[in-house]
Amino acid sequence: MKAKHQRLILATLALAAVVLAGLLAVSALQDKAAYFYAPSDIALQKPAPGTRMRLGGMVADKSIVRASDGITIRFVVEDKTDKIAVEFRGIAPDLFKEKSGVVAEGTLRPDGVFIADNLLAKHDERYMPPELEGKMHKTDSLSK
Amino acid sequence: MMAEAGLGLLWLAAALSLLQVAVGALSLMGKGEALAPLMKPVAILQGLLVALSFLSLIAVFLSSDMSVKLVAANSHSDKPWLYKLSGTWGNHEGSMLLWVTVLALAGAGIAAFERRIKAETLIASLMAQALISLGFYAFLLFSSNPFERLSPAPENGMGLNPMLQDPGLAFHPPTLYFGYVGMSVAFSFAVGALLTRDVGAEFARAMRPWVLGAWIFLTIGITAGSYWAYYELGWGGWWFWDPVENASLMPWLASTALLHSVTVLATRDSLRAWTIMLAVVAFSMSMVGTFLVRSGILTSVHAFAVDPERGSFLLALLALYIGGALTLFALRIGTVREGTRFDLVSREGFLVANNLLLSVVLGTVLIGTLYPIVAQAFGQQVSIGAPYFNSTAGSLGLLIAFLMVFGPVTRWRRDDVRPVLKRLMLPALLLAGVTVAVLLLAPDINILPKIGMMVSAFVILGSLAPLWKRNLRRTPLFTIGMVVAHLGIGVALAGMAAEAAFTREVLAAAKPGQRFEIGPFSVTFNGVKPVAGPNWTALEADMRVERSGSGKTFTVAPQARMFSEPPTETSEAALSTHWDGQLYLVLGKQDAQDRWQVRMWWKPLVTLIWAGGLLIALGGVLALVGHLRREARSRWRREYWMG
Repeated sequence: MKAKHQRLILATLALAAVVLAGLLAVSALQDKAAYFYAPSDIALQKPAPGTRMRLGGMVADKSIVRASDGITIRFVVEDKTDKIAVEFRGIAPDLFKEKSGVVAEGTLRPDGVFIADNLLAKHDERYMPPELEGKMHKTDSLSK
Repeated sequence: MMAEAGLGLLWLAAALSLLQVAVGALSLMGKGEALAPLMKPVAILQGLLVALSFLSLIAVFLSSDMSVKLVAANSHSDKPWLYKLSGTWGNHEGSMLLWVTVLALAGAGIAAFERRIKAETLIASLMAQALISLGFYAFLLFSSNPFERLSPAPENGMGLNPMLQDPGLAFHPPTLYFGYVGMSVAFSFAVGALLTRDVGAEFARAMRPWVLGAWIFLTIGITAGSYWAYYELGWGGWWFWDPVENASLMPWLASTALLHSVTVLATRDSLRAWTIMLAVVAFSMSMVGTFLVRSGILTSVHAFAVDPERGSFLLALLALYIGGALTLFALRIGTVREGTRFDLVSREGFLVANNLLLSVVLGTVLIGTLYPIVAQAFGQQVSIGAPYFNSTAGSLGLLIAFLMVFGPVTRWRRDDVRPVLKRLMLPALLLAGVTVAVLLLAPDINILPKIGMMVSAFVILGSLAPLWKRNLRRTPLFTIGMVVAHLGIGVALAGMAAEAAFTREVLAAAKPGQRFEIGPFSVTFNGVKPVAGPNWTALEADMRVERSGSGKTFTVAPQARMFSEPPTETSEAALSTHWDGQLYLVLGKQDAQDRWQVRMWWKPLVTLIWAGGLLIALGGVLALVGHLRREARSRWRREYWMG
């Protein structure tokens, strides 16, 4: 460290730190990122059970059923072409209702039911999650 | 009338900042010596004008002038006055005006109070500051005019998002903005010093109080924001790795690194280039944060409007300023001479390690925050959440906290390993003890909280080591500040680890009269009754809580609220704070069999998280006062001797 190139060493260290950050991020992204699916995406290609993901779509009309424990709810998320059954244990957000947009976070059970541990509902009349809006447009154009 | 006055003031301020840039450029080129004395008064006047403009927007909101579009869209004449006031910045245009106000006030602050820095560098810095504000004035005036009129005027207005109707909101954004935008001073100083080739210890001593001041506000803002999300969202979490939270965390990480490297530069005249780089990065992160939050690219309570034109405008400003500063850095840094050298084992060495690791954390948070946006541009939709951030930033954060203990007990320039370890004997023993205790008593908890408990114990005791065997009255105030801030990190870490490891949860559909056991409490649900507030009605649960062993009972009342303007339902969690933690109750919905969903958490030691955050900020305040006092004393001495 007595070298006259201390500045060079520090610059190299800084560069190494940047590279390290990049490598760390990339390796963590590979197994920690949750991809967004619409029901039709899942119908097209089923993700491996247990993978964390987000499911977005509309809550189907008259599909919300409360289990007898009062805490678990089951409902169907649909887009223009496909449907998927969802199970959620917890207090649903205030704006969660039928015929309204929802984003569910969780994993797919081997039997094809989506187990959600978090629900995000449409905030108000003016608001639509952008990722959901994108999917809706996509499915719109697919169905036409 | 008031709205037109506000708009006029804003235009005037923009014109002044243009003048400020021109005068600065001329005098730097050596052509405007006669004009140079104008620089300070112009900067101060500009700050005053924008502040007046912001006050007129507040006046417009307080008087519920519905002919102003912004008021009509975001306020309501029946709202309590506090929410009319906070409604001023609870929307895109108003919060951008607040942003620019803080920016101009920071410039005025430099002009009024900065006496240490070289006159030439001060002019260059004020010019840089004016250049930044010029861009944001343009943004306000051309694409986000807060004073726009609406004709015909509606009678009542649309109201403020009920999530934002909370006393916390009245103070959270202004505090955060003082931190965020206050960091612009460091940026302008760095640009100024590069322009005049004046990077050295004296420059760093001038920059340090400004960085410290902004950092204190940022720390308080983040702590308050975390607590606000904790009790207002009703999800029981205190940090969600939401992009908006990350937007405030990133400048904090960069400025924490800057705070430490600027100290090395001020004390030892080392790390010149590195400090300048961090100063540029810190404010760049503030601007990236502003872009993320204000461009409408994200969805959250913070994203008020989705307007692609605004997004591209902000992105252009961002590219211009960050790109410009980095180009200047690349061109000029070769002319900055290398600073004083130091050994690997020295306080500088540990501070470099702190800086590098903080930068790595910053890098991973930045990538995790931007990746979904970039992926979306390529048609992939992905969300990056806690699993990613905990495994990267979380684990590195623990390493930083662990190493943090070593720096303050190591000498400047060079030291040996053995005496350093000797000074940390007691904390090391405690670390060993806690490790054994955790492994024996709580072997099942997750790895991060487990290590968190060990490290927090080490940090809490180790951060006090610099005061060991010292006369407290003779210890400089800024040393005490450092100890308090480091202690705060340990305290916050203890809270995070305890919350993650020992939280108890009950989720049930409750019939009136039903009893639940949670942690040291037994909670009886006694039904629900209607209550009413100024602009909402609510169903309020009556929960009777008894702490086992003590025989004392008390009532906790979570609510489900219905707001009238705009019609929205929110859930108000009820918190019961005890010395050893918080009981957190949420009321859900009623089902067909007349049962109510209730969710309860017992979170041991959770309050330490925010207590730690406040200690960190308090440490910053002590250090700031210590530095300013010493500076004032030495100035007084100089003047006295020079008579």
